[in-house]
Amino acid sequence: MRYNAWQIFKEAFTGQTGWKPVWRDPEPKKEYDIVLIGGGGHGLSTAYYLAKNHGLTNIAVLEKGYIGSGNIGRNTTIVRANYFLPGNSEFYSHSLKLWEGLESDLNYNVMHSQRGLINLFHSDGQRDAFVRRGNAMINQGDDAVLLDRDGVRQHLPYIDFDNVRFPVYGGLLHPRGGTARHDAVAWGYARGADQRGVDLIQNCEVTGIDISNGKVTGVQTSRGPIRAKKVAMVAAGRSGQVAAMAGMRLPIESHVLQAFVTEGLKPVIDHVVSFGMGHFYISQSDKGGLVFGGDLDFYSSYAQRGNLPMKEHVMEAAMTLMPMIGKAKVLRSWGGIMDMSPDGSPIIDRTHVDGLFVNCGWNYGGFKAVPASGWAYAHLIATGKPHDTAARYRLDRFTTGRGIMDEEGTGSQHNLH
Amino acid sequence: MSTRLQSKGRLVDTTQPMEFRFNGKRLKGYAGDTLASALLANDQMLMGRSFKYHRPRGAVASGAEEPNALVNLGQGGKFEPNQRATTTELFEGLYATSQNHWPTLEFDVGAVNAALARFLPAGFYYKMFIHPRPFWKYVYEPFIRQSAGLGKAPKERDADTYEHFYFYADVMVIGGGIAGLTAALEAGRAGARVLLVEQTAHWGGRAVVDGAEIGGKPAEDWVAETVAELAAMDNVTIRARTMGAGVYDHGFILAYERLTDHNPETSGPRHRLWRVRAKQTISATGAIERPLSFAGNDIPGVMLAGAVRDYLVNWGVSIGDRTVVVTNNDDAYRTAIALHRAGLRVPAILDARASGGGALADEARAAGIRVEAGRAIAKVKGGKRVEAVEVCLQAGEGAVLETIPCDAVAMSGGWSPVVHLWSHCGGKLLWDTELAMFRPDPARAPTGSDGLGFVAAAGTANGHLGTSAVLADAQSAGRAAAKATGAKPKTGKAPQSNDADEAPIEPVWLMPQGAGDALRMKAWLDYQNDVKVSDVQLAAREGYESVEHAKRYTTLGMATDQGKLSNINGLAVLSGALDQAIPVTGTTTFRPPYTPISMGAIGGSARDGLFQPIRKTPIYGYHVDQNADFEPVGHWRRPYTYPRSAETVHDAVNREVVNTRANIGLLDASTLGKLIVKGPDAGRFLDMMYTNMMSNLAIGKCRYGLMCSENGFLSDDGVVARIDEDTWLCHTTTGGADRIHAWMEDWLQCEWWDWKVYVANVTEQYAQVAVVGPKARKLLEKLGGMDVSKETLPFMQWADGTLGGFPVRVYRISFSGELSYEIAVPASLGRAFWDRLVADGEEFGLMPYGTECLHILRAEKGFIMIGDETDGTVIPQDLGLNWAISKKKDDYLGKRAQEREHMVDPKRWKLVGLETLDGSVIPDGAYAVAAGKNANGQRNTEGRVTSTYYSATLKRGIAMGLILNGPDRMGDVVEFPKVDGTSVKAKIVDQVFYDKAGEKQDV
Ligand SMILES: Cc1cc2nc3c(=O)[nH]c(=O)nc-3n(C[C@H](O)[C@H](O)[C@H](O)COP(=O)(O)OP(=O)(O)OC[C@H]3O[C@@H](n4cnc5c(N)ncnc54)[C@H](O)[C@@H]3O)c2cc1C
Repeated sequence: MRYNAWQIFKEAFTGQTGWKPVWRDPEPKKEYDIVLIGGGGHGLSTAYYLAKNHGLTNIAVLEKGYIGSGNIGRNTTIVRANYFLPGNSEFYSHSLKLWEGLESDLNYNVMHSQRGLINLFHSDGQRDAFVRRGNAMINQGDDAVLLDRDGVRQHLPYIDFDNVRFPVYGGLLHPRGGTARHDAVAWGYARGADQRGVDLIQNCEVTGIDISNGKVTGVQTSRGPIRAKKVAMVAAGRSGQVAAMAGMRLPIESHVLQAFVTEGLKPVIDHVVSFGMGHFYISQSDKGGLVFGGDLDFYSSYAQRGNLPMKEHVMEAAMTLMPMIGKAKVLRSWGGIMDMSPDGSPIIDRTHVDGLFVNCGWNYGGFKAVPASGWAYAHLIATGKPHDTAARYRLDRFTTGRGIMDEEGTGSQHNLH
Repeated sequence: MSTRLQSKGRLVDTTQPMEFRFNGKRLKGYAGDTLASALLANDQMLMGRSFKYHRPRGAVASGAEEPNALVNLGQGGKFEPNQRATTTELFEGLYATSQNHWPTLEFDVGAVNAALARFLPAGFYYKMFIHPRPFWKYVYEPFIRQSAGLGKAPKERDADTYEHFYFYADVMVIGGGIAGLTAALEAGRAGARVLLVEQTAHWGGRAVVDGAEIGGKPAEDWVAETVAELAAMDNVTIRARTMGAGVYDHGFILAYERLTDHNPETSGPRHRLWRVRAKQTISATGAIERPLSFAGNDIPGVMLAGAVRDYLVNWGVSIGDRTVVVTNNDDAYRTAIALHRAGLRVPAILDARASGGGALADEARAAGIRVEAGRAIAKVKGGKRVEAVEVCLQAGEGAVLETIPCDAVAMSGGWSPVVHLWSHCGGKLLWDTELAMFRPDPARAPTGSDGLGFVAAAGTANGHLGTSAVLADAQSAGRAAAKATGAKPKTGKAPQSNDADEAPIEPVWLMPQGAGDALRMKAWLDYQNDVKVSDVQLAAREGYESVEHAKRYTTLGMATDQGKLSNINGLAVLSGALDQAIPVTGTTTFRPPYTPISMGAIGGSARDGLFQPIRKTPIYGYHVDQNADFEPVGHWRRPYTYPRSAETVHDAVNREVVNTRANIGLLDASTLGKLIVKGPDAGRFLDMMYTNMMSNLAIGKCRYGLMCSENGFLSDDGVVARIDEDTWLCHTTTGGADRIHAWMEDWLQCEWWDWKVYVANVTEQYAQVAVVGPKARKLLEKLGGMDVSKETLPFMQWADGTLGGFPVRVYRISFSGELSYEIAVPASLGRAFWDRLVADGEEFGLMPYGTECLHILRAEKGFIMIGDETDGTVIPQDLGLNWAISKKKDDYLGKRAQEREHMVDPKRWKLVGLETLDGSVIPDGAYAVAAGKNANGQRNTEGRVTSTYYSATLKRGIAMGLILNGPDRMGDVVEFPKVDGTSVKAKIVDQVFYDKAGEKQDV
């Protein structure tokens, strides 16, 4: 069923009874051409593009909880294309272009809001680094504007410019950066995939991966065995566990990242603001809540909840940057499990098992990647070849050291995060 | 109308009248009032507007669960949005305004949304505004965002302060009702260290309102005695106005004390965050009453039956003259009886249960109240205030039997235990069919590292509704907790109460049972977010079947009360729509905090200057006196330059460069990391840490060293000095000191734990001053003391001695290319030594210089800077630093990686100098473009600028950069596009621009 103004008008007078389920609730079949493990953003977009771009529809997405129960429904929804290392640069740039056409493509309003993202800097050295980033962004065809102090003041009058600790020197504005409604992204892709014939199977946990003679043959699940010609892992924070079922040990650490939301307030923060020195970033949701976050909790865990020290740190940074914010009240905080890779960049690749693919390592930044990741992963699964925009996301870079992409510039290392 | 009764109420102190303002009106209340009770006493039922439809809203509850009565409180730096009137204690001069309306509370244009409600069902925005795209960006989105939020955002700097507090308890008890008091008493008597907290200002919870008897005396007296006994115990700490906010792993409990909210004129912090380590925690948090879902249940004047009783008993406030009571359980009869006793009219009790109620129903009937079983409210009539209810059969579809005029409705859909704190850390729930409630499943408590539960629920929070049962349950919970911490609990029976014989509850999730579309569209579940029964049913119809989907699609339970009133009703409706049992649907996740807490409180005092406090060198005061232009470097603040009177920053930097090369410059280098590495295996260890050989460094000598990650990338550099046989002193970059210290410890503790090496970070033990320039030696000779001649102290050596009477360690090292001494003195002498140098240096033209001059001097010499020339992708070989890599060593960190095929690939970006053809300065961060485009249509690049400056020495722009094959392309011209669309061309040259032979530093 297509969504448009006429439907809404019609349903208003028929008791909203004509709306159809956004997706079916099918029983798993005995066999599929392709089984995707994980119904998060990346799994759903992969299914969607497999169907849409490659005409493949005998596909199941197996999700252990409900669709979107993982990080796709827990993140702070920032969408941006301000990466600068070759490999990342073209990938995220491609992703942003897909975002810009997503609503009409999916016929679902994901509320992609290009409200502009501002990264603040507080020293000469930081400025140089941001100028470099800006240049790389412009060169990649995206937008970046260097703001001086007064420029920042015009956009963010409420921050403390003369903070004794981190006086604001300026900011890098990425006008096309912004946010989107995270659940809607999951739902929109799910609906699109379902409409094209993909089976979305919820409450179906994969418990084993069947391999014979070096070739994948199917999966074991909490709802019984399912045969498959190809199996694609896309389980984000649980990637390590899932890959272990195929005897793989991924270079991934699972860490908790927290997010916070305040009670709804009338509009006050119009942009996405990132205060790197304080490990703090914030935006205001369309409902009015201030949505913000900080750094990892810094211990490995699968529990989707965080601890207090990082909360305190985040609020300290908030109070320091935005001294008026103290009386906003924190409504809720939660955690998601991040699949941290050693260099901070993702993996989209084949594995040593024939027909088994891996997509993981999204760190804290995989929401913005949802469209391009699905696009590239679908391409890889369908054609066996990496997509041009994701060609560098090779698993073996951690074995060979070739092509390590560390945007944070501290050098790739284990236990980095 | 709602008004204050003669009886006043148990909490109100009539001897202390108070004046306050609401929307500009001056109103009167008393000490002991909440803002809600005071407003109701003034017949101000209308207190706000709902979020989506701007429906009129009045208080529906009396405590923390209140979703409607939210106000803007205070002004200026004390302004606070979304304050619950029900938990705001009244104080003299309180200033409140209502929220989310324009122009006024009574007449709100936004209410037009309510008329359009049929076009705006749950999730309408996902289906709309899809085409055309620019409309979304420029029309719809701004409109939607403009309507966001309830309260106004604070605009001024928060004028209050906040503090943190640490506490250790054997047993923490959350909730000061009779269950919490009993549990605390038992644990306290057992000798355990107990912390008891209560979120309101008063002890006793519901029992004191309901007039229960405990052990033969009125609950009120029992509570007073118990609180007194607890207060007298040394091992017990009790705190009112303190909410248990969150339970975290390992028994970490967060509590939130509101110190001055009830009296903002008091000095001191506003909120105090308690960070409690408790061995055992008891959640005695009581229960929250559920609304009933009938049409018009959101009209001001419809209130929870328990809240009606609270206002009456606690504050002497009647919410109406004629109150219809509607219920599915016996408890609401208490409200009817209490109203009747207070002389107020109760036109009818509508009991949805066909069989009616128990003993309390008999009592009500005996009092002459009309009681109707099997009846329901079809619809409440009224706009901003209840006017009448239409009565129907609960079992029917809502055919109206009768209309009863009234001005208030007291409703009760049963009670839900407050299981939040139990659930925060993974405690599981079970559905109790008989009591129609989720209650803690004792078999699945949140567990600690020993696998045993560390949270227990007690009393009503544990699903017990009768007073005697509550007391017994709390007693055993208190004892069990005390026992688990090693204390010895007393024995004996819990006191008994006079519980009435109650008939069982019958769950009612929709009223009437067969309500049609029109009624369901008016039956509210979430009052603040305007989610109705019909919305949840729509979500189910559209396949948003998981309880999380339904929540997120409809926004049910996402308001400021986090679903305290709406969740259970909502998920029951969802279960009904999906035709499945309630426990199959399950609940959404309970997340901390229990009720919202201020960001200020969580941040505490670590804000502004105390947020990552500035590190200051011993010489910092001098820089301040000189009005230096500062720049943040890591946690330090270093002088960028020292402008003189009218000088610009740029001119000052150039002056410092020229002067240092001609005379003497003085740099405060104290921030440089200084790590002592000591032990029999220290040499061997440093050979692994650095690319060069350090074990063979002679005592008294210095060597420049590079450190790499395992992947070969350069991560830090600095000069290492051999102090004695088994002691080395390693200089790191300013920003690298802590990181490199940790890096060394990581290797020593995790990999080479058997090597005999200690590392100590002595960065702050020394002040270090660089005396730089051709006249440097003259100055030191003037100071007198040790011999600083080239013969005794040649380049790359160090020596201990005295200068001008100061004990010093002098390193002959240079980061500028000039004759240079880096002199370390004990930190306590740093300032005095510096001042002496400044004074004695005057005749030689000494001037201090800052970090920018430092950068330029090193760039003129082609020295690399970590963070400029490196970015985590660069190996030393890329920077032409092969000379600093030992060929003799078998291994060092990064060696294997650097030998990999792609690392020795000649096609890497490598360091070169860059000279613009026109002498201008290349912009920072510029990329060199190459021919062709990549997969995304981007221009290919072949390098980038890493350092670029105006050189006052050479009077032109100089730069270094990483260029593809750079060193093999000397003389080639590369192009750097600028942000303005033009570009600048530069020639590839050697990176050493000044004194290529290195003669000046080695004199
Ligand atoms: C607090 C927080 C803030 C963030 N902020 C941002 C941001 O602002 N911008 C941004 O770009 N990114 C952000 N991210 C990162 C982003 O959310 C993730 O990188 C991204 O969502 C991960 O991909 P996904 O959506 O596929 O993951 P998920 O949604 O986690 O999907 C993985 C799915 O796999 C399922 N699964 C796991 N194991 C199995 C199994 N054995 N069988 C079946 N199914 C299984 C899981 O249940 C889950 O649904 C944030 C993340 C968090 C937690």
